Amino acid sequence: MIRGRNLERRFGEKRVFRALDLDVAEHDFLVVTGPNGSGKSTLLALCAGLLTPTRGELAVRIPREHIGYLAHEPLVYRELTALENLDLYGRLYRVAERRERIGMLLERFDLWEARHERVAALSRGMAQRLALCRALLHEPGLILMDEPYSGLDEAGASLLDEVLESFAADRTCVVATHDPQRVAALATGGLALA
Amino acid sequence: MTYLTDIATLARKDLLLELRSRDTVPAMLLFVVSTLVVFNFALPADAGAAAAYGLLWIALVFTALLGLTRAFVAEREQRILDALVLTPCDRSAIWVGKGVSVVAFLLLAEAVALPAFGLFFQPVTVEVVAAVLLANVGFAAVGTLLAAMAAAGRARELLLPLLFLPLVIPIVVGGVGASVAGDPTSTADPARYLGFLVLYDLVFAILSWASFEYVVTE
Repeated sequence: MIRGRNLERRFGEKRVFRALDLDVAEHDFLVVTGPNGSGKSTLLALCAGLLTPTRGELAVRIPREHIGYLAHEPLVYRELTALENLDLYGRLYRVAERRERIGMLLERFDLWEARHERVAALSRGMAQRLALCRALLHEPGLILMDEPYSGLDEAGASLLDEVLESFAADRTCVVATHDPQRVAALATGGLALA
Repeated sequence: MTYLTDIATLARKDLLLELRSRDTVPAMLLFVVSTLVVFNFALPADAGAAAAYGLLWIALVFTALLGLTRAFVAEREQRILDALVLTPCDRSAIWVGKGVSVVAFLLLAEAVALPAFGLFFQPVTVEVVAAVLLANVGFAAVGTLLAAMAAAGRARELLLPLLFLPLVIPIVVGGVGASVAGDPTSTADPARYLGFLVLYDLVFAILSWASFEYVVTE
């Protein structure tokens, strides 16, 4: 599904990584690790098509609307409520039975009670749960997650464990994390960036 | 049809955001009224109608610029543009949706600015209103594209005025020309200037529409 050869990415003079090869097959679960600044987020942004490699070839064989992208930021509007944000993305992704799907996700991620609250008023953990709802709303085939456990409490982390476990069987996942042990059981491969 | 639905969804979101935050429109209203008040005292009593119309258009250009500087604030600060470009909607729909909301904000500012201009300076003619409406399209078309470009850059506060002001000089020429020609004492034909504004709107709307995709992707 994703094939990268000799990838290099620079931001001005700063080289984030070089000579990187990447192969992710369908239904793979790739765990990307590495210290801060090693290029984990950049690699996910490349896979999402938000950045292009400075050098090398990268082919992602899935339409962009089938990609679920969880970034460092929740990528939701702070002045809108949780429900309004999901409704916006649901409309743009043309999600079938949008309201039911949104309701189901809000229930699953324990945000139903807070659905009318503005994102600005949500805690970091709740905003991360909302970001997960946004990333999974359109039932993506390729899931790119950058530090998905960030900000989650133990209940939220356990919930995410369950979600990832259910995805591992029939979706392709690339997860960048500082805590690879958490997803070690699901991983089909690993990539350590220096 | 889906394209229009996407535009409506995105424009509605911007209007809702403004309704909640009230960041942009009140600032535009305050700016345009206070500018006209200052011009009222700055303009000599014997200055002609042409000078007053010129000042009106200066006020409108800078009011539009003020609104445009805030057009992509939410998308930039929260990196939401990344999420929007990943959706299946045509990327130009993001530009059109944002442009529609910019026009709505401008209309609100002008709904106050034009009566204020009529009060302080000259009666507002049909030609002035027509020129202002056409100028809104041009301001939004060019400005939204440039605001998106500036949002991606580092010196965004500098970049937007530096790019926007030279590109809207034709709007000022057409707007002032139509306003002066529409004055009852003038013998000039305002239709020429209004036609020029229509042409500007068409050319820049098509150019901006076609190039927005390249602005929001690397």
